[in-house]
Amino acid sequence: MSIDDKEPRMPERRKFFINMAKGLGAATMGGLAWTGFLDGKKVYATILRPPGAVSEKEFIAKCTKCGLCVEACPFKALILAEPGDDRPVGTPYFRMREKPCRMCRDIPCTVSCPTGALLPSLVSDSDELGRPRLNINLAKIGLAVIDRETCIAYWGIQCDACYRACPVIDKAITVEYTKNERTGKHALLAPVVHGGHCTGCGLCEHACVTKKASVFVLPRELAMGESSDRYIRAWEGPDEEKLEGLPEDTETVTPRSEKSPLEYLNKGDL
Amino acid sequence: MPLTRRELLKTTAAVAAATAVGMAVPEEMLAAAKKAEAGWRWDKSVCRFCGTGCGLMVATKNDKIVAVKGDPAAPVNMGLNCIKGYFNAKIIYGADRLTEPLMRVNDKGEFDKKGKFKPISWQKAFDEMAKQFKKHYNKLGPTGVAIFGSGQYTIMEGYAAAKLMKGGFRSNNIDPNARLCMASAVAAFMETFGIDEPAGNYDDMHFSDTIVLWGANMAEMHPVLWSKITNRKLADAKRVKVVNLTTFTNRCSNLADLEIIIKPNTDLAIQNYILREIVYNRPQAIDWDFVNQNCIFTTGFVDIGYGLRPKIDHPKYKKEELDTASREAFKIITKQEAVAMGALGYKEGDRMEMKHTGTAGNHWAISFEDFKKGLEPYTLDFVAALAKGDSEEPLEEFRKKLLALVDLYTENGRKVVSFWTMGFNQHVRGTWVNEQIYAIHLMLGKQSQPGNGAFSLTGQPSACGTAREVGTFAHRLPSDMVVGNPKHRAITEKIWKLPEATLNPVVGSHFMKIMRDLEDGTVRWAWVQVNNPWQNATNANHWIAAARDMDNFIVVSDAYPSISAKVADLILPAAMIFEKWGAYGNAERRTQHWRQQVTPIGKSMSDTWQTVEFSKRFTLAEVWKEWKIDDKNTLANVLDKARAMGYKETDTLFDVLFANKEAKAFKWPDPVGTGFFNSEAAGDKRNVEGFKGYGFFLQKYLWEEYRQFGLGHGHDLADFDTYHRVRGLRWPVVDGKETLWRFNSEYDPYAIKENRGKFAFYGAAFKEIPKGDLSGPKGEEKVKLPNKAKIFLRHYIDPPENPSAEYPFWLCTGRVLEHWHTGTMTMRVPELYRAVPEALCFMNKQDARKNSFKDGELVWVESRRGKVKARVETRGRNLPPQGLIFIPFFDEHVFINKVTLDATCPISKEPDFKKCAVKIYRA
Repeated sequence: MSIDDKEPRMPERRKFFINMAKGLGAATMGGLAWTGFLDGKKVYATILRPPGAVSEKEFIAKCTKCGLCVEACPFKALILAEPGDDRPVGTPYFRMREKPCRMCRDIPCTVSCPTGALLPSLVSDSDELGRPRLNINLAKIGLAVIDRETCIAYWGIQCDACYRACPVIDKAITVEYTKNERTGKHALLAPVVHGGHCTGCGLCEHACVTKKASVFVLPRELAMGESSDRYIRAWEGPDEEKLEGLPEDTETVTPRSEKSPLEYLNKGDL
Repeated sequence: MPLTRRELLKTTAAVAAATAVGMAVPEEMLAAAKKAEAGWRWDKSVCRFCGTGCGLMVATKNDKIVAVKGDPAAPVNMGLNCIKGYFNAKIIYGADRLTEPLMRVNDKGEFDKKGKFKPISWQKAFDEMAKQFKKHYNKLGPTGVAIFGSGQYTIMEGYAAAKLMKGGFRSNNIDPNARLCMASAVAAFMETFGIDEPAGNYDDMHFSDTIVLWGANMAEMHPVLWSKITNRKLADAKRVKVVNLTTFTNRCSNLADLEIIIKPNTDLAIQNYILREIVYNRPQAIDWDFVNQNCIFTTGFVDIGYGLRPKIDHPKYKKEELDTASREAFKIITKQEAVAMGALGYKEGDRMEMKHTGTAGNHWAISFEDFKKGLEPYTLDFVAALAKGDSEEPLEEFRKKLLALVDLYTENGRKVVSFWTMGFNQHVRGTWVNEQIYAIHLMLGKQSQPGNGAFSLTGQPSACGTAREVGTFAHRLPSDMVVGNPKHRAITEKIWKLPEATLNPVVGSHFMKIMRDLEDGTVRWAWVQVNNPWQNATNANHWIAAARDMDNFIVVSDAYPSISAKVADLILPAAMIFEKWGAYGNAERRTQHWRQQVTPIGKSMSDTWQTVEFSKRFTLAEVWKEWKIDDKNTLANVLDKARAMGYKETDTLFDVLFANKEAKAFKWPDPVGTGFFNSEAAGDKRNVEGFKGYGFFLQKYLWEEYRQFGLGHGHDLADFDTYHRVRGLRWPVVDGKETLWRFNSEYDPYAIKENRGKFAFYGAAFKEIPKGDLSGPKGEEKVKLPNKAKIFLRHYIDPPENPSAEYPFWLCTGRVLEHWHTGTMTMRVPELYRAVPEALCFMNKQDARKNSFKDGELVWVESRRGKVKARVETRGRNLPPQGLIFIPFFDEHVFINKVTLDATCPISKEPDFKKCAVKIYRA
């Protein structure tokens, strides 16, 4: 067991201006304001696996349905799928609205897995001496997504229950300040999820006070888009990391470019 | 006029808004609205929760609340709400609503203190309640009975209860839970300005350049006001600065430019540092014209104890409590206290005898030179070392922050508003810290102007409107009058039509004293109204034992079964906000009324009705006879005088106080209530035990009589009907106009009347005081100070209990946004319950690690008084520095007030919920 020593006592307070900038960014990115997915179309499985789970395909292959991870969960949040759950029977998953992941620092579920379906290395970084240590903040159970149409904070109601419930507060969920143009006297304090920090623990979905949660966790591959490999944001340092391991060759074939120049130039009428 | 459904709905809303502001509505539109409203009706109301006072619109259908919305026409919130406000439509429909009177009975159905609760009739409830009252009242006199009142009383409820208690029973033992929340603010208002409540209003948030929070987590406790401040910051992010002084990082820090984490109790030292810096190093910042014209320098005693029991070896104290208890009699001066009180001659190791516990509020005029001398020790070096709250922060950083704070206050032309709530008020020197913030603003001439001023925020929806303005305190009468003043009693007796000398001149027991009196057996009958004292009062184990083990009778009126109901002997089901006519007064002096929207649930009845019904059980002969109050005071028999006034001995208090000739002149039906219920006036469809109504408009009568107290001397309120046309008015309301900034001649007609230039601090209380120096008052001469405010010198002193090897942590309690006070309403709203189902123990990560506590793990939190179990949380909304934990008080399963200390500010008698020493270990 280890504790993240490097993390400052007070998570770096997001400064006002940064917030405003982030807010603008998120609004234009749009990727985290995800709506309409669950409207009757059950196209993808929405299974939220324990922290440290390998990819879903690999997970299904490796999970022996032993239930040790479920037993290890001190908050009884992990569920073993039963017939009728619409999930592979015997595999572990979360139902965040009912019992979210409490983000134990010692991640007992992950470390209990005997088969490598849950890998401690996926939720570990290293300490000052380079030794691996668990860091639950690296968990990627899923990604919280906000429906801005039903989120009452976006209406101007002073809510932000999700923000205050977030264990990675001020990083995974920040509050975006904008003027309430309707009243001219108040501000909107609206929650914004940041995919880089969101662990998908689901405490936000659990806390949401709307009838059906307006913030909910989806598997990351469902919730997230992916930007072009070939553009680096000049204003976002970490974006440079995309360069690592990037294939050097760029392939671009469109219906317009599939013919060779000669084929194009020499064939067909003008 | 063919209208689509959508257009119809729009019309309805427009008509509702127009009607509420008294605009004429075209017939055609009205007809259209009626058609749309066939299904439901919208009417204006007020949010049930905090002191912000957001306006609501309530939709009813078939006698049920079906929805609410923020009132777009309400100036405070303009249609917005916080999440508690968002759920107003649900609060009255909790599954376990109390619907009938319940009493502890034996097998034969008779009252039995050790019996189980069983449903009984209202008739039987009042029979037993009156029988028990008379038993104890006749034996102990008016001091043997008490009412725990509320800052959540409607104005009429509080007025009726105070009138019955003080005018009828001649007892001053009525005190509201506002004692636990606003009393320090009140005491400082009275001592500094001679009149209660803030000078400014919420518009200050739009005008100021600088917002300084001193112990006010507005982001969670006043969310709609916080959104105003955020808007101001957005409007001019460079110019506008927000400072958060607090003992732990909270959500306000997110917006703040400057977060200053301080050690508990050291706010007083920081204030003195600011004053010292102004006086010694930045004299050019002093507005001498303002100070000379409007202010006087004053100070008071320092050896005033901590509001604990005077008997330091009281037999009910546990052994573990005795050490802390002894501070009430004496304390050994610490090194830091010796520095702070250097000008008074105290040395480290001296024994300070608490000689002035009984005269803690006395104060006298001093010279500016003395004031300056008193401030001398509060240097940056001394105060920074004393006050730094986060051991991980470098001292140099903290020093810079204090300097930056002084820069903001003293910058020429920079407008500053200081806000505070419980950080100041729930403080063993609560009155002092309130006074010192005024001292800073007064020295700088930054007070009572738009965007400039020290602004005391209120916690409860009618702490101002009811507890303070009506005066449901043990020492108060309506409109800032007090029982100790013979002139005030005479005015009250005249308005209440009581014989001369009916009112009891001896101050009653304050909230915590009533608890102690129950424990001592000197109070043996108590009635709880709109409040949950056994969960919300500090050091609760004592009071639970007192209620259950002593020979006494506790009545609790509530809508839901609370901890207090559980310790009671009789429970009366109370109607809730939308089930009765009412009015609240918010933190900016805004009075707002509403109509009864629905019939109360079950057999529940309003608190006003309960008070008035109880009054039927007493004849004048039983209450207006001679009573011995104490060794010095006897209340005369006033029955002869009563007869001379035309009363008969057999008249009941109901006849005299509530159903008199004046009351009956207020007819029901009344046009203001056309189409609305009035369960008190006309009964209702339930026909509860045959109650057909009083036949007159009781609430309107109570309002109109009450407002006579304030007319013509600074507390003017408008007539009843006006408040049903407008979205609240900020008093004093003179010639139909509200007052925005009091004491400022540009805005306040009472200041204009004084004709002395720009300002007049015209409050009348404590305006004749002795002269003296730092050591005490000198001579008999009194100075009169009409129209002046006081700049106090108050010294830093340690709290009565500090962390030690055995109890190494500070414990602080408070609220969370999602829940209201003890959760009796909000824990019954499924969405709010789900959002925050339990109170957590917020702790620093390093502290958790040192003790090997995991997040979510249960720990015991134990003080010298009691212990509770709570789950550790090192992440999330509150991030305490090492050595401090925060546990909110809404959750009865984490009964944190079993742990807290019942020390109070000795002047205001308000308990300090923000600091005591605890140890923590694995459960």
